[in-house]
Amino acid sequence: MSELDDLYQEVILDHNKSPRNFRAIADADHKAEGYNPLCGDQVTIYLKMEDGTIRDISFQGSGCAISKASASLMTAELKGKTAAQAQRLFDSVHQMLTGECDERKEGQGLGKLTILSGVCKFPARVKCASLAWHTVKSALKGEGAPATTE
Amino acid sequence: MKAAQDTQKPDLCPGLLDVESIRKDFPLLARKVHGKPLVYFDNGATSQKPQAVIDALKRYYTEENSNIHRGVHYLSELATSLYEEARKKLRRFVNARRLEEIVFVRGTTEAINLVAQSYGRKFLGAGDEIIVSAMEHHSNIVPWQMLCEQVGARLRVIPINHDGELLLDEFRRLLNQRTKFVSLTHVSNALGTVVPVKEVVKLAHAGGVPVLLDGAQAVPHLPVDVQEIDCDFYAFSGHKMFGPTGVGVLYGRAELLDKMPPYQGGGDMISLVTFEKTHYNVLPYKFEAGTPHIAGGIGLGAAVDYLAGLDWDQVAAHERDLLEYATQAITKIDGLRIIGTAQEKAGVISFVLDHVHAHDVGTILDQEGVAVRAGHHCAMPVMQRFGVPATTRASFAFYNTRAEIDVLVGALHRVLKVFG
Repeated sequence: MSELDDLYQEVILDHNKSPRNFRAIADADHKAEGYNPLCGDQVTIYLKMEDGTIRDISFQGSGCAISKASASLMTAELKGKTAAQAQRLFDSVHQMLTGECDERKEGQGLGKLTILSGVCKFPARVKCASLAWHTVKSALKGEGAPATTE
Repeated sequence: MKAAQDTQKPDLCPGLLDVESIRKDFPLLARKVHGKPLVYFDNGATSQKPQAVIDALKRYYTEENSNIHRGVHYLSELATSLYEEARKKLRRFVNARRLEEIVFVRGTTEAINLVAQSYGRKFLGAGDEIIVSAMEHHSNIVPWQMLCEQVGARLRVIPINHDGELLLDEFRRLLNQRTKFVSLTHVSNALGTVVPVKEVVKLAHAGGVPVLLDGAQAVPHLPVDVQEIDCDFYAFSGHKMFGPTGVGVLYGRAELLDKMPPYQGGGDMISLVTFEKTHYNVLPYKFEAGTPHIAGGIGLGAAVDYLAGLDWDQVAAHERDLLEYATQAITKIDGLRIIGTAQEKAGVISFVLDHVHAHDVGTILDQEGVAVRAGHHCAMPVMQRFGVPATTRASFAFYNTRAEIDVLVGALHRVLKVFG
């Protein structure tokens, strides 16, 4: 019961129901698509950069509550961050999602994103939560190939 | 459990399948998951195994293990005769005319690849057409696409209606002089549709076109008679019919198998090897290169024996009852829509819930001990046809009960509560 409540917290359900920045950016200068081939989740990330800083970020796509909420939280968190800061955040989030649950520490600079920490108790859902992050990483690098969680 | 016990007392209703006693044959069904009794509704992915199959595997490795078709020693002869005995059981299981028409493979996927690469590369060329349907599993799409790339053939697709039924008129229209092969599912894994295969075969044969049937989802649910269906190839997996993983069968009409080149080269598939020329072995060994999954073949034989001990009229009636009961129960849930509503259906219910993704459904059901499949079921074109990203699929076997369906319905109400 409690593990499930950890996974589907109010904030996650809220971001799933009313995702933030759920739109396309017509004049985006970075764009990447991500797929989770295992389940068919799909996300497109749009970025508008200015002097190495993310001025605007948005996403579109279809997926489960975890992948949608994760993408929504991510766009809210990354706005105004530099590419280098985004990369550091990616690493921390990745660690939180895949690392040892018992050893997770609050205050790793993850802020609101710690809400996703419940995911690591559900190994089958880690890829749902990390899809948007893999995709933004590939958008920042300007990689041509779509990101996948595989 | 009350409903199940009331209706399934064998002494009171001798016509009903004795599910409670059958369940005792499947040890895994007694386990708990997340502290709840397991409700196993992922039979379309793989079925559970009866003790008789588990015992056969254990006995093989404990007392009988040896390589086959090679040694002159006692154990090799024993293993060979057990393996070949299993082949005989599988011949009877699908009622093939001849023993050499039963080729052991790894599973349905390998069987289809074998036919595509061996028959396809020899007999299909540029401009030829291969027909599949809109409800195929990826394993009955991709091998044909690979063949198309290799020989310049073209893949044509029979559409389905909104209930998930094959449009036979469209199939008639697609059949033409260029059609050289038809490969169809017998029972759809994502929708549960039972395809009218006898009609399909008749239509294809009228134009002299051979037909392969993907029977992976059919053999656990209905008796299959390849002579009656009159198909040219029939592919199925052991693990979906209560046997071990890693073993399956390709039935092929001997006249066709004879004309086909080997699929893989190696030991066992030859009769004479020199560096100048190799002579291939006779059927079915021509298609069985290397040491096979001996234990798997013997275990699959044990599964066939187990299935032969069931009354299949009772099994059919029980599975029909499960499907009707489940269909009625879950359509009462707000915002739930069943994908796949064919008249002729096997025990599969795919569904979507408004505003809740299949993965979230799957995770919450799992917490209640209910195992289902969530996703695209390796049939992405089917999902596209119905305009959904994924579905949740409950697939039944004869060992499931109405009481388990009640647990599923209760768990679905919990999903609605979380996402309320």
